[in-house]
Amino acid sequence: MEGRERVIEVHDLRMRYGTVDVLEDVSFEVHSGEVVTLLGPNGAGKTTTIEILEGFRMRSDGSVSVLGVDPAAGSEDWRARVGVVLQSWRDHARWTPRALLTHLGRYYEPYSTPERPRPYEIEQLISMVGLEDHAEQKIRTLSGGQRRRLDVAVGIIGRPELLFLDEPTAGFDPQARREFHDLVHRLSDLEETTILLTTHDLDEAEKLADRILILAAGRIVADGSADQLARRVTRDAQVRWSRDGEQFVHATPDATSFVRDLFAQYGDEVADLEVRRATLEDTYIAMVQQHETGGADSTVNAFEGVKS
Amino acid sequence: MSHTAHAVKTGMNRGWTEFKLSIRSPQDQSFYLFTSAVVMLYLFFNRDDVIEGTTLTYPTVALPSIIGAMIAFGLIIGPAYSLAMEREDGTLLRAKAVPNGITGYVSGQLVLHSLGLIPSIALLLIPGALLFDDLMSQGAEGWFTFAWVFVLGLLATLPIGIIIGSLVPGVQKVGTWGMLPILILLGISGIFAPMQGLWGWVQTVAQIFPIYWLGLGMRSAFLPEEAAALEIGGSWRTLETVAVLGAWAIVGCIVAPIVLRRMARRQSGSVVEAARNDAAQWVR
Repeated sequence: MEGRERVIEVHDLRMRYGTVDVLEDVSFEVHSGEVVTLLGPNGAGKTTTIEILEGFRMRSDGSVSVLGVDPAAGSEDWRARVGVVLQSWRDHARWTPRALLTHLGRYYEPYSTPERPRPYEIEQLISMVGLEDHAEQKIRTLSGGQRRRLDVAVGIIGRPELLFLDEPTAGFDPQARREFHDLVHRLSDLEETTILLTTHDLDEAEKLADRILILAAGRIVADGSADQLARRVTRDAQVRWSRDGEQFVHATPDATSFVRDLFAQYGDEVADLEVRRATLEDTYIAMVQQHETGGADSTVNAFEGVKS
Repeated sequence: MSHTAHAVKTGMNRGWTEFKLSIRSPQDQSFYLFTSAVVMLYLFFNRDDVIEGTTLTYPTVALPSIIGAMIAFGLIIGPAYSLAMEREDGTLLRAKAVPNGITGYVSGQLVLHSLGLIPSIALLLIPGALLFDDLMSQGAEGWFTFAWVFVLGLLATLPIGIIIGSLVPGVQKVGTWGMLPILILLGISGIFAPMQGLWGWVQTVAQIFPIYWLGLGMRSAFLPEEAAALEIGGSWRTLETVAVLGAWAIVGCIVAPIVLRRMARRQSGSVVEAARNDAAQWVR
C-alpha cells in the first residue's frame, strides 16, 4: 500500500453528543483502489463515522481528509467525485428506476472528463445492478432487494472515485448478494473505485474487503486483513480427527507439522481429518466479548500489533 | 453553461416530471376535483345573492378572491408539506448526495407547485365561467393584471412555504405551524366576505400578510371598475398591492435560501432513519 494515494485520512476523530463520546480518537487511512470494511456492533459509531466522511455530519474534533478535502467544507465539485449509498430510502415512490437514474445522472454531466465519463450510460447501469425487468415499474412497487439495487445504482451513477456503502446488502437474497459482490469487485478492479463499506455480515466482509477495521466503543480496535486479524486472536488452528471410532481435538499453532506427525504415527488409522483456522467470526466475537467484559483499553492493547 | 445553471435546468425538468406524475395520480386528481367541487357547491348555493350597491352576484365577487387564496394556500402549504415529507423519506438527502442537487431540488419544487396551480385554477375558472355571469369583464387588460398578480403572489408566498417546510420538526407539525395560521388568515383576509365587517386591528393584521393582497389583486383583475367601491378606501390600491407582495417576495427570496441551506446541512441518513422510526411509533 505504500506509495499509493491516501484517499481517506482520519486522525483523532472525535464525536460528542452532549457529554457522551460516540467516537473517540478514531484514526485510520484508506488508500486508492482499496476495499475496506468497517465492522462493529450496533451503536459502535459506524454510521456516524461514515456520515462524517460523506460530509453529512459535523465532527466534534480531529482532522478528516477525503479525496484531499475536509468533507465538512466539501464543494459540489468534491461531491461529484463521491458516491453514497445510505441505509434506508423510501423516496421517489411514483418514479420509475429508469426515470430517477436518468434524472440524477444529469447532475453529473458537467463533471464528465475523458478518463471518467459521467454519468454512467443508464441502460448499462440498469443491467449492472440487474434491474432490467423492473426499470419501468413504479419504485413503490419494488421489493426490498430491488430497491437496494436501485440505491446502489444511484450511488455509482456518477462513476465515483470513492464509494461509501452503508449496509448495502441488507434484505438481499443469497443470489442477489453474490451478484452484488461481483459488482463490488468489478467497480474495484475495472473502475479503480475506492470503497468503504459497513456490514454486519462477516462472511461478506471477508469476501469483499482487502482490509477490515473493527470499531468498538468509539475506537478502531483492529485494522488488518481477515487473516491478520484471525491470527491476532489466536495463532492456534483446531485439528479434529478420529481413530478407531474415537474423536480427538487438538489446538496447535503449527497444524501442518502436527498433521504430518499424526500420519507418521498412526498412518491409515486417522480418519475424518479437519483443520480449522479461526474465522473472522471467531475473531470478531472474541474481540467484542473482550470489549464488553474487559473494557475498551485492554482490547485496544490486544490488537495494537495488528495496525499496519 | 455554469454548473448551477445546469442544475437549475435539471431541477426544472424534475418539476415537470413530478407534475406529470401528480396529474396522473388518482390521489392528486381526487384532491383537485374535491376542492373544486366544494368551492363550486358553496358558490352555487349563494348564486342569487346580489352584492349591495352593485349589480354583481356573490359568486362573481367571491370567485376571484378564492382564486387568490388558492394561490397563496397552494404555494405555502404545498411546498411546506413536500419539504417536511421529503426530508423524512430521504428525497432531500438523495438530492444532497448529488452535485448541486439541492439547487435542482428547489428549482423542481418551484416548477411543480406553480404548475400544480394550473389544474386548481382551471377547475375553478371553467365551471365558474359557465355557471356565473360577469366573470372577467375587463378582457385582455384583466388577464394582464391576473398574470402579474399571479407571478408576484407566487414570489411572495412560495418562499414562506419553503421556510415553514424547513423549520417544522416533522410532517405532523405542518398542521400546527402551516395549516392553522393560513386558515385563520383566510378567515380574516376578505376572501369569503368583505373584511370591513371585522374589527380594525384584525383588518390591520390581515393587511400585513400576502393573502389579502392576492385576493384584492385578483378582484381587480376579474371585476368591473364599479366593484372597487366595495374595497377599503374605495380603490383597488394597485400600488400598495405591488408594494406589499413585492416586499414579501424580496424578504422571502433572501431568507428562504438561508433557512433551507441550514436545514439541508443537518440532513443525514440517521436523521431520515430517526424520522422513519418516529413515524412508525404512534404511542409515545
